[in-house]
Amino acid sequence: MGEETTDKIMAYVRRDVMNESLNKGIRFDGRKLEDYREISVQQSVIRTAEGSAVGKIGETQVLVAAKFDVVKPFPDRPKQGVMISNAELLPTASPTFEPGPPNENSIEVARVVDRAIRSAECVDLDSFYIEEDKVLGLFLDVYVLNHAGNYTDAATLAATAALLDAKMPKIEDGKIVRGEYEGNLNLTALPVTTTMIKVGNHWLIDPSQDEECVAETELTIGTTEKHVCAMQKGRGAVGKEELLDCIDMAFKKGNDLRTILKR
Amino acid sequence: MGGSKNTKLVIDGKRVDGRTTDELRDIKIVTGVIPAADGSAFIEWGGNKILCGVYGPRECIPRHGASPYKATLKCRYMMSPFSSLEEHGRSGPSRRSTELSKVIREAFENVIILERFPNAQIEIYLDVLQADGGTRTASLTAATVALANAGIPMRDMVAAVAVGKADDILVLDLDKGEDNLGQSDMPVAMSMRDKKLLLIQMDGLLTREEIAEMLDMVENGCNKINTIQVDALRKHYENNGEDNFTW
Repeated sequence: MGEETTDKIMAYVRRDVMNESLNKGIRFDGRKLEDYREISVQQSVIRTAEGSAVGKIGETQVLVAAKFDVVKPFPDRPKQGVMISNAELLPTASPTFEPGPPNENSIEVARVVDRAIRSAECVDLDSFYIEEDKVLGLFLDVYVLNHAGNYTDAATLAATAALLDAKMPKIEDGKIVRGEYEGNLNLTALPVTTTMIKVGNHWLIDPSQDEECVAETELTIGTTEKHVCAMQKGRGAVGKEELLDCIDMAFKKGNDLRTILKR
Repeated sequence: MGGSKNTKLVIDGKRVDGRTTDELRDIKIVTGVIPAADGSAFIEWGGNKILCGVYGPRECIPRHGASPYKATLKCRYMMSPFSSLEEHGRSGPSRRSTELSKVIREAFENVIILERFPNAQIEIYLDVLQADGGTRTASLTAATVALANAGIPMRDMVAAVAVGKADDILVLDLDKGEDNLGQSDMPVAMSMRDKKLLLIQMDGLLTREEIAEMLDMVENGCNKINTIQVDALRKHYENNGEDNFTW
C-alpha cells in the first residue's frame, strides 16, 4: 500500500526477524497467526446520518456513515433504489495517506465493501421506490480515521454495523423529512470481510501495517453465514487448494465478526 | 447481479448463444498490430475487441516513481465511450477502470522479471474498443501476448477467463447478458506453468464447493486459451510479422 515510506523500509529491515518469529507461530504484537486484534463496534456516532458506526480492529478505526437522499433510478432498474459507496483514506489517518483525488487504494476498498454488501443481497433495494423517477439513494461513506493495517475488514464491519443502525427516513410529497424516521432498515444478512496475507510460508489473518508492508500475497474474502459474497486478491499469487483453505478460514473468522455485530 | 427470474440463460445445458456450460467463445489473437509500440496484440473474444500496446523497459517518468531494485510496472485499462451497445459512456478513467488497472498490474507483477530492469518502467495499455463481457480477462490474455511480442522477460504466461453462475448452473466465460442477468461472476487469471491464481475477484453468492468446481473449469479454459496465445505468437514469427491483419 502506498509509496515507499520510512515505515515500509523499516518493515523490510525487520522482515527476517518477523519470519523467524512466525516460524515459532508468534507475531510481533504477540498474536497467533490466525488471531484478529481486538475488535469493537460503536453505532450511532453521527447524528446527521440515518445510520453510522465506527469499526475498530486494534488501532485501526474506520467510520462508515449511511445516509439517504432522493435520487433518480438507473434507467435499466426504474423501480429499484440505488446504493453508492465511496471511501476516503484521510491524510489525517496515516503519514502514508496523501490529500488529493481518490487513488487506486481508496477506490478499491470502496468497491470491495460495496461488492460484499451488494452481493450479500442484505439490503432490499426494491423497498427504496418512492414514485415515478424517484427512489431512495443509500450513500455509504467509508472514512478511514486511523490506519494501523487492514482497514478493509474494519470498513466492511463498520458498513454492516452502520446499515444495522440505519433508520428509514420519513417521506412526504416525494421528499425526505430530515430528522424524522419510519422504522429501521431491515438487513437480511451480515456480510463481513476477512483479509489475510502471506509472509514466507505463513498465512496471517488481519495484518498489521508492518505485516502488510512485507506481504507477498494479499487476499480479502467476504462471507455471509453460508456464502462467499466477495473476493479480491491484491499482490501476489495463490494456489487453488490454498484459496479453498483461505475460504474455510474466512467463514470461521467471519462468524466471529458476525457474533460481534449481533451484540 | 440481477439474478433475474424471468429470462432463462441455460436451457437443457445450452446457453443463449448455443454454447455448452464449459465452452469458450471464439477467441482470435493477432500480435504485432501496432508498429509504433514495442509490443502489441489485438484480441477478438466473442463480441469483445481489445487492443493492447506495451512500451518499455524505458526510463521511469516521473523519476521519483522509479525503484533502484526493479522496473516499475504501469498498467492502464480503459473502456472507450463507444464500447457498449447502450449509451455513449464517459471518456477517461472511471472507478471501475482504476480498480481493474490495479488488479491486472498486480497479476503481471508476479510473472514479469522486473528485477532485471532497475529504474525503468514497463507500461501496459489496454483499450477496450468493443465490450461484451469478460473484458478484464480478455485484456490479461492479450497483454501476455503483447508482452511476449515486446520481448519482455517473463517467468510464465498468463491466461484468464471468468466463470460464473446463471440459472443456478456454473458457466464458463460469461458474455455480457450472462454477466448482467446471472447470479455470480468470478474472473480468474492463471499462470500457465505452475497454475497459480494471479487475479481473483468475485461477486454474487457462491458456496465453497461451487468455487472449487469453478476453479477446475477455469483451469481447463485457461489451457485452451494458452494454446491460442502460443499459436498467435508462433504464427507471427513464422510469417516474419506478416499476419494479414485487418480490423
